[in-house]
Amino acid sequence: MNTIPLVMEARGLVKRYGQVIALDGADFELRAGEILAVIGDNGAGKSSLIKALSGATIPDEGEIKLDGQVIHFKSPADARREGIETVYQDLAVAPAMTIAENLFLGREIIRSGFVAKLLRIIDKNKMLEESVARMNELKVGIRSMTQPVETLSGGQRQCVAVARAAAFARHVVILDEPTAALGVKEGNMVLELIRRVRDKGLPVILISHNMPHVFEIADRIHIARLGKRCCVVNPKTISMSDTVAVMTGAKRPDELPVECLA
Amino acid sequence: MTFVKTSKLPPIATLGPLIALLLAVGFFATQSDRFLSVQNFSLILQQVMVVGTIAIGQTLIILTAGIDLSCGMVMALGGIVMTKLAVVSGMNAYLAIVCGLLACMAFGLLNGLLVTRIKLPPFIVTLGTMNIAFALTQLYSGAQTITDLPPAMTFFGNTASIGSAAFNYGTVFMLLMYGFMWWGLRDTQPGRHVYAVGNNPEATRLTGIATDRVLLGVYVLAGAFYGIAALLSVARTGVGDPNAGQTENLDAITAVVLGGTSLFGGRGIILGSLLGAVIVGVFRNGLTLMGVPSVYQVLITGVLVILAVATDQLSRKGAR
Repeated sequence: MNTIPLVMEARGLVKRYGQVIALDGADFELRAGEILAVIGDNGAGKSSLIKALSGATIPDEGEIKLDGQVIHFKSPADARREGIETVYQDLAVAPAMTIAENLFLGREIIRSGFVAKLLRIIDKNKMLEESVARMNELKVGIRSMTQPVETLSGGQRQCVAVARAAAFARHVVILDEPTAALGVKEGNMVLELIRRVRDKGLPVILISHNMPHVFEIADRIHIARLGKRCCVVNPKTISMSDTVAVMTGAKRPDELPVECLA
Repeated sequence: MTFVKTSKLPPIATLGPLIALLLAVGFFATQSDRFLSVQNFSLILQQVMVVGTIAIGQTLIILTAGIDLSCGMVMALGGIVMTKLAVVSGMNAYLAIVCGLLACMAFGLLNGLLVTRIKLPPFIVTLGTMNIAFALTQLYSGAQTITDLPPAMTFFGNTASIGSAAFNYGTVFMLLMYGFMWWGLRDTQPGRHVYAVGNNPEATRLTGIATDRVLLGVYVLAGAFYGIAALLSVARTGVGDPNAGQTENLDAITAVVLGGTSLFGGRGIILGSLLGAVIVGVFRNGLTLMGVPSVYQVLITGVLVILAVATDQLSRKGAR
């Protein structure tokens, strides 16, 4: 198990907001080709951790490595340039714009030629073709890429957001509560898609409060507690109640059977 | 997993302005026999060029979920700057026109900076700059109308006739600007980013688009259109009028909203604003032909803008 290369790694991350210590020496490891769930109580430091990994905040101390290289993200744009795509909690799409436009938002394909480059004329046909190709690759069936996103259901919109991340990520996809606010069927649709993203070879970091979803889909579960990494557990061998017990501090990780740790 | 195509926005949002125009034309045709004539329609188009050009800038701002209450006053300032510099200070006419344009763009920049840097609501910012621009116009002109303009400033007021229809160059120029902006908003990256910012600013920012730069660009570009409108207004009236822009201010907003651009941002087609400007022009012209006093025209414009916004609001609700 431990011979699987680490795609992303963080050591001793510290983040303070005035008197509040959000991260207190947190470690983090993401292996190639896995879905790693990150769970934790409110204030456990999971969102600070994710923000540090996605470039949304700069940690005060500690280092982050991507494919073994130390990196310093100053903005989400830096992280994106390194191939880390993040889908934020609120459905991050422009509702009145088409699916194709949403997929390419901020990365529009510009037509070739001097005038086209100068005026930044977008190549709609190419964007449409590429959108169809990328959605097919992820087996997201869409009848028309030119329909506005607002005509889609919540789950479908989230699929568009996840597909956009998966289509452009080269290293890591970070999903912040992708199934919150979705019904059962819609949630399953998004989980299916997340699995396909992993099967495509992209490791996924999944932040979720939904334990059944976490247990259904995660390969490993990172439990954040008091600004640190409490432990990483194996969802196949640990029970949901033990996981929650560790997360809330009712049980210490060393009280768990060894085979539960991952 | 299949995505099922559901119904689009109710057609009222797109067909509304056209229906309103046809109804208005039909109504005025029954009220005045002079209304339905080629001469009258070319007159309406001439009257529309100033409001129509301001409405281009206003549309850009409303597409980003903003509003510009200063548009007409900024235009008046631009008109006074260019005419006074040319006539009183003896500056080269073309240079004076450029200075007028720059004055309007400076106001656009000021609006944009206050909106993006200090995060003030566009409504308040432009309410303030509206008054500042008005006061500056009065101070700089000494409340005097400027006459004896050089020919370069009245060029756009000249007309070319095709049969009994007379088109002034300014109207043709306005139509060209509409064509260009329609294309630009639809087919270029900055154009699509204007829609994205209006649609969901936070999501747009998170995709790496510099939303503040988009907004700033929109306000400055809108200022440039007010500057062009200033030139057209000066050309049409043949004077630099410190009291210009007062009816155009609300008329331009009315035109944009009548044209189907949502005040909530991110939705609308700029050609709708042209249609909206024509509707406003048809109302003003038709009411004048009917002999309705201008104070009632103001009243009716007020009613029109509320109706248009209410339609926008109701059709949004239906879409959710």
